[in-house]
Amino acid sequence: MSSTTSDKVCIVIGASHAGVNFAFALRREGWEGKIKLFDSDPVLPYHKPPLSKSYLSANDSSQIDYLFPESNYETDDISLSLGVKVIDIDKESKAITLEDGTEQTYDILVLAVGARPFMPPISGITSASNLYPMRTIEHAIQIGNAVRDSEGRRVVIIGGGYIGLETAASLKSIGVHVVILEREARVLARITSPEMSHFFTDLHQENGVEVLTNKNVISIEKSNDTNIIHCDDSTSYTADVIVVGVGIRVNVELAEMAGLQIENGINVDVTAKTSRDDIYAIGDCTYHYNQHYDRYTRLESVQNAVDQAKIAAAAICGKEVAYNAIPWFWSDQYDIKLQMVGLSQGYNEAIERVEGDNDQCRSVWYFRDDELLAVDAVNNAKAYVLGGRFIKGRQKIDKNKLKDTSIPIKPTSFL
Amino acid sequence: MAKITFITKNDQTIIAEGNSGNVMELAVQNKVTGIDGDCGGVCSCATCHVHVSPDDWDKVGAPSELESDMLEFDENVSEYSRLSCQINVTDDIDGIVLNVAK
Repeated sequence: MSSTTSDKVCIVIGASHAGVNFAFALRREGWEGKIKLFDSDPVLPYHKPPLSKSYLSANDSSQIDYLFPESNYETDDISLSLGVKVIDIDKESKAITLEDGTEQTYDILVLAVGARPFMPPISGITSASNLYPMRTIEHAIQIGNAVRDSEGRRVVIIGGGYIGLETAASLKSIGVHVVILEREARVLARITSPEMSHFFTDLHQENGVEVLTNKNVISIEKSNDTNIIHCDDSTSYTADVIVVGVGIRVNVELAEMAGLQIENGINVDVTAKTSRDDIYAIGDCTYHYNQHYDRYTRLESVQNAVDQAKIAAAAICGKEVAYNAIPWFWSDQYDIKLQMVGLSQGYNEAIERVEGDNDQCRSVWYFRDDELLAVDAVNNAKAYVLGGRFIKGRQKIDKNKLKDTSIPIKPTSFL
Repeated sequence: MAKITFITKNDQTIIAEGNSGNVMELAVQNKVTGIDGDCGGVCSCATCHVHVSPDDWDKVGAPSELESDMLEFDENVSEYSRLSCQINVTDDIDGIVLNVAK
């Protein structure tokens, strides 16, 4: 290994969870050549999940959860170029071009380019006052500052997905008036079951957030420092600050320049390799094969970013590896911890358990016929951990026992 | 200032010193193999599992209910299991020895 990589260069575009963990994993796997990380975000790479959670409600915006201290990049000889945008890839000469026109050549290129917030084509959206998405630390700081500087502290969140709900909970905890406008008939409509949507709607309403569904925003009218948001049912809402959380678009432009195969993201194989041998892709931007579920998927998650990073690093260093992970996710809202394991798409039966008299300790178990696909656990880490084990082992579950909440959640309870 | 000894699965010993943050962060800074802290320290992922040396258990203390529930059905659990993101680095834990669970 050492004789083959010491004069080589690995360039990584994107220095968030995937890119950064890849760089350290590549060094750990024995890569002796150069490792160069590039990202347009100027801030030392940080944990993104807290942005819509604890970071937004904290008093001190200087308290950033960095992925690794700066000294680790130095000791592992990983060069970090932040605030630098990559604008082109030349696959023939194996070089990337930075926005200042300089070129950097590579032997291996890793695209950890992630995604950007989707801004829907709503009339007036580009001229609205204090309107932000929520994906980077800059967005979180902008939202926090705008809320503090506003007189009314009225926030409207367009989109009732996890980002919208977490942002609502964080802002509510610092005394902000929050309205959520969701286009579908329920929040989290495309990502979870009616049972979970119902639970989170109640949770937010109990905490004083207005959760409004079937609200299709058609225009935003700027009025001095505030905005009037108009929906297609002729209702309107006043907002000092607007947060847009209606999903993302994968950053595929560089991959297109490199002529890579792209479907719902950049296509990669089980080693995270793209359609070219010298280019890998990892994290939110990948359309990858999941062995357990026997299908291709794209995931927006820390788990997928970190696990694909490790696989790609091992594969590049000559190890025989294959990505085979059960996806997991989490969300923190108020005093609720939601932990999700598996992929529920395609389920035809959902079994909900509420533990004893504790309404806030519950779980939803998703089945396709007899196969357990996924578990969503609310303040119920036992269901999360055991659910993950059952899914991985393709454990046959006795659904009648699972439905019986007098039977506690234990490894052999539902066999 | 607390000095903490980590022993990894492949018997590497790493001694780290810190005076703030949590033990998972200290381990990540010091490249302790087997402690990843993927969730950033919010007790969501269990990728920072350690076994506390029995002699040091009283210094570290027992886990919270959430943490305990995360650990109970973990394949590598022991009666001295903790998630290191839930242990604060303070003078009280100076000198403890932690065995990385995987």
